[in-house]
Amino acid sequence: MSRTGEMAAPAGLAETVEARFKEIAPKADFCSLRLVEETSESLSVRQNVLQPATKSVDVGAMITVISGGGLGYAATSDLSLAGLKRAADEALAWAKQTSGRSVVDFRSFAMPKPDGEYRSRVERPWGSVSLTDKIELLKTECARLKTDARIVDWMAGLEHVECETLLITADGARVQQSFRFLIPYMAATANEGAETESRSLGGRGICRQGGLEILDRIGFRSQAPRVAEEALQLLTAPNCPSAKMHVLLAPDQMILQIHESIGHPLELDRILGDERNYAGTSFVTLDMFGSYRYGSDLLNVTYDPSRPEQLATFGYDDDGLRAERQFIIRGGILERPLGGVTSQARAGVDGVANSRASSWNRPPIDRMANLNLEPGTSSLDEMIAQVENGVHLHTNVSWSIDDSRNKFQFGCEYGQRIENGKLTSVVKKPNYRGISATFWRNLAAVGRPDNFDVLGTPNCGKGEPNQVIRVGHASPTCLFADVDVFGGA
Amino acid sequence: MQSYFYAVADELTRGLTGAETLLLGFHGEDSDFVRLNHAKVRQAGSVHQRSIALELVVGGRHASASTCVAGDAEIDLPRLRGLLEEVREKITHLPDDPHFLYATEVQSSERIGASRLPSSAAVIEEVATRAQDLDLVGIYAAGGIHAGFANSLGQRNWYSNTSFNLDWSCYHEKDKAVKSRYAGFDWSSDEFVGKLDSARQQLAVLARPARSVEPGAYRVYLSPGALNEFLGTVARGGFGLKDHRTKQTSLLQMIEGSARMSPMITLRENVKEGVSADFQGLGFRKADEVTLIDNGVYRDCLISPRSAREYGVPTNGAGAWESPGSLDLAAGEVPRSEVLARLGTGVYINNLWYLNYSDRPACRITGMTRFATFWVENGEIVAPLNVMRFDETAYRVLGENLIGLTRERDLILDPDTYGARSTSSARLPGALVDRFQFTL
Repeated sequence: MSRTGEMAAPAGLAETVEARFKEIAPKADFCSLRLVEETSESLSVRQNVLQPATKSVDVGAMITVISGGGLGYAATSDLSLAGLKRAADEALAWAKQTSGRSVVDFRSFAMPKPDGEYRSRVERPWGSVSLTDKIELLKTECARLKTDARIVDWMAGLEHVECETLLITADGARVQQSFRFLIPYMAATANEGAETESRSLGGRGICRQGGLEILDRIGFRSQAPRVAEEALQLLTAPNCPSAKMHVLLAPDQMILQIHESIGHPLELDRILGDERNYAGTSFVTLDMFGSYRYGSDLLNVTYDPSRPEQLATFGYDDDGLRAERQFIIRGGILERPLGGVTSQARAGVDGVANSRASSWNRPPIDRMANLNLEPGTSSLDEMIAQVENGVHLHTNVSWSIDDSRNKFQFGCEYGQRIENGKLTSVVKKPNYRGISATFWRNLAAVGRPDNFDVLGTPNCGKGEPNQVIRVGHASPTCLFADVDVFGGA
Repeated sequence: MQSYFYAVADELTRGLTGAETLLLGFHGEDSDFVRLNHAKVRQAGSVHQRSIALELVVGGRHASASTCVAGDAEIDLPRLRGLLEEVREKITHLPDDPHFLYATEVQSSERIGASRLPSSAAVIEEVATRAQDLDLVGIYAAGGIHAGFANSLGQRNWYSNTSFNLDWSCYHEKDKAVKSRYAGFDWSSDEFVGKLDSARQQLAVLARPARSVEPGAYRVYLSPGALNEFLGTVARGGFGLKDHRTKQTSLLQMIEGSARMSPMITLRENVKEGVSADFQGLGFRKADEVTLIDNGVYRDCLISPRSAREYGVPTNGAGAWESPGSLDLAAGEVPRSEVLARLGTGVYINNLWYLNYSDRPACRITGMTRFATFWVENGEIVAPLNVMRFDETAYRVLGENLIGLTRERDLILDPDTYGARSTSSARLPGALVDRFQFTL
């Protein structure tokens, strides 16, 4: 029989693959198939010229088999019956070959057996606005960034992703999830001689689940003049001074601070040593959970899959574990790590549903998902008023931290001095450094819900083989005392 | 895969109208990935991925799309024809692109490596057995990588290699470890055992009490691996024409100011001696060699076709990101055997980690020491050093404070596997540097 036409139309892909899986799933202790079909579209206008408009479809399946205590996987973009059969055979072979050689006997704990679905909430679908109108929007916003001859590069863009996933197991579990992501961005670069400064909006930071309604929520159509103006301000601003002072971190810097110095060190696979050759280990050890003071009393951090607009909200992780909100740090005390089913079994501790894969061609590992710093009680004005000498920092631009996630140095695009309780001059190239284990204990104030922002990043890298994944972070503006701050060279 | 891709290209070309030009790119990979922790298997599996990117050009307009494929023309052609039709319709809504440039001169090529690797299962058996007394963690990635280009003008390019990359470290305790890499196209048990023995010797030193030093300026040796991290950061936005013309290059002070590096620094993108494909996605052949920095002075940029059109200069076949993939730093005159003696008292840095710009226009970079970094006194390794943060400009490290480069160079095959296994490489010496600034 000809194989022509075996590849079903996209609308029926899940059902077709599901039927084929039932035919080819090998007899084993456990067998699953995870299908991912991700369609990404990119539109951008740079210097008033439309850049190449691209669309990519990433589609394939991973079959995972547990047999004799070993686990093997095989992933393929060949979704024909023959292609899936080859993958199943290979996964089974890997499981047998690693039996008795694995870090854990995979028969010693039960994999989840879920039945459910999840769908992003979308008010204005990507397709509800014509291609021509989307290009026109970007042309308009791009043009508004060019406010001065010293603006030497400027651009505005939109990335849209539709992601359909299916997780099924040979013993009847089934999870179907449907995601829609929008990543708007714009940037202006100003130059004079050997000095160049950039200011940006979105990309990293503003990226959410949903549709084009996100553009209204973030005021996309009103931001260009501010972005350009702030790039020009930086061009003539003095360097951030070097001193120990208070730092007031805006949400678009807080997300990086949370990500690097809370999220990664609490990932259970790092604590178990899996990442020691690449992303690194952690200064956190298993005995710290339940008693270790991670930060001041004001520090409350949750794993929160309940915000529909947040980037890493989902119903189930890629092992099928149901996602439920959990406190990770409460009142400054460390409560639980970020680890999925396998890591929880290996470590003997409770975790969260965060075993996630970047796509069909990479196996799930522990990844922070939505990791949020809960709002406090301080208004922005109150936090500024209590600072005698400090700096208000916006928008991460540089990040570096040691492999135990302790010694960090972060830089921001834009700083504004706080002197005697008031915001004063703009400063360029603001950087600060510290040590995670002590930095969070200097958390002096946490902003109220009215300065809380839901943000995220689409490109967190980790894992061997390497994986880039979306993570969500939400935070208010926060104030830290006694931080080592400095400026440019 | 090659005949499959060329057959698909022939078929899709047959469906074009007279005004249309079609560009096609192929990527395929058959990879085994075995992840290890404590010298045991954490995750083991295989990945078979194929994708085709198509770009349709009609006059000054163009649009592109890509999709994963099965690798079977009978299965894939209906899907690709549908995608082509979608792109054809999309083009009608797009304006002319004044900066689009694709290759119209047919330059076909072929670069096919032999497949000589043992099975991955056999390699893992050997690694796990020989390292069973060690706390070994890392990944073995191996298999075929394939890339192709075809256009409706008749150009055909193909690249394939079958390679392996064992990227691992052996831990003494906590963050004290020896990082090792063994990569290539032929697996040698003797070579692997040699690297394992070398790791064991360094582990013995790591067992000594660790030393901490105060922030300040130190004389250091940067191994080729550490220097690769530093130069890799400079390469992120340092060498592309677009970054230069928009003043965003991290080497801005070399362009707009009077900054220079040491005359010892001659840096090239050396495609002809690298291991990556010699063509790019719009059909241009990569230049065999582009000299980026010549005896400390900035010389040429990497120029993508788009930048070439935008700025009115010839392309040298760089990819869209204008980043080097076969970086080559000229050797120096310091014999590697004399490195410790020439270092005298200071820090021997095997690895740097998590580098980023702390002041991009000044090419100031921060990062951490990692893995086996040693305190050296009077030419002798004395103790492992606890991790330190540095914050330094390229003009100091590769300029005024550069003492010398080693005579011997290492070929480092990039172990990155984001989305696909990398084919980038770097050939670098080690560097002796004075007054290297540790800050935390």
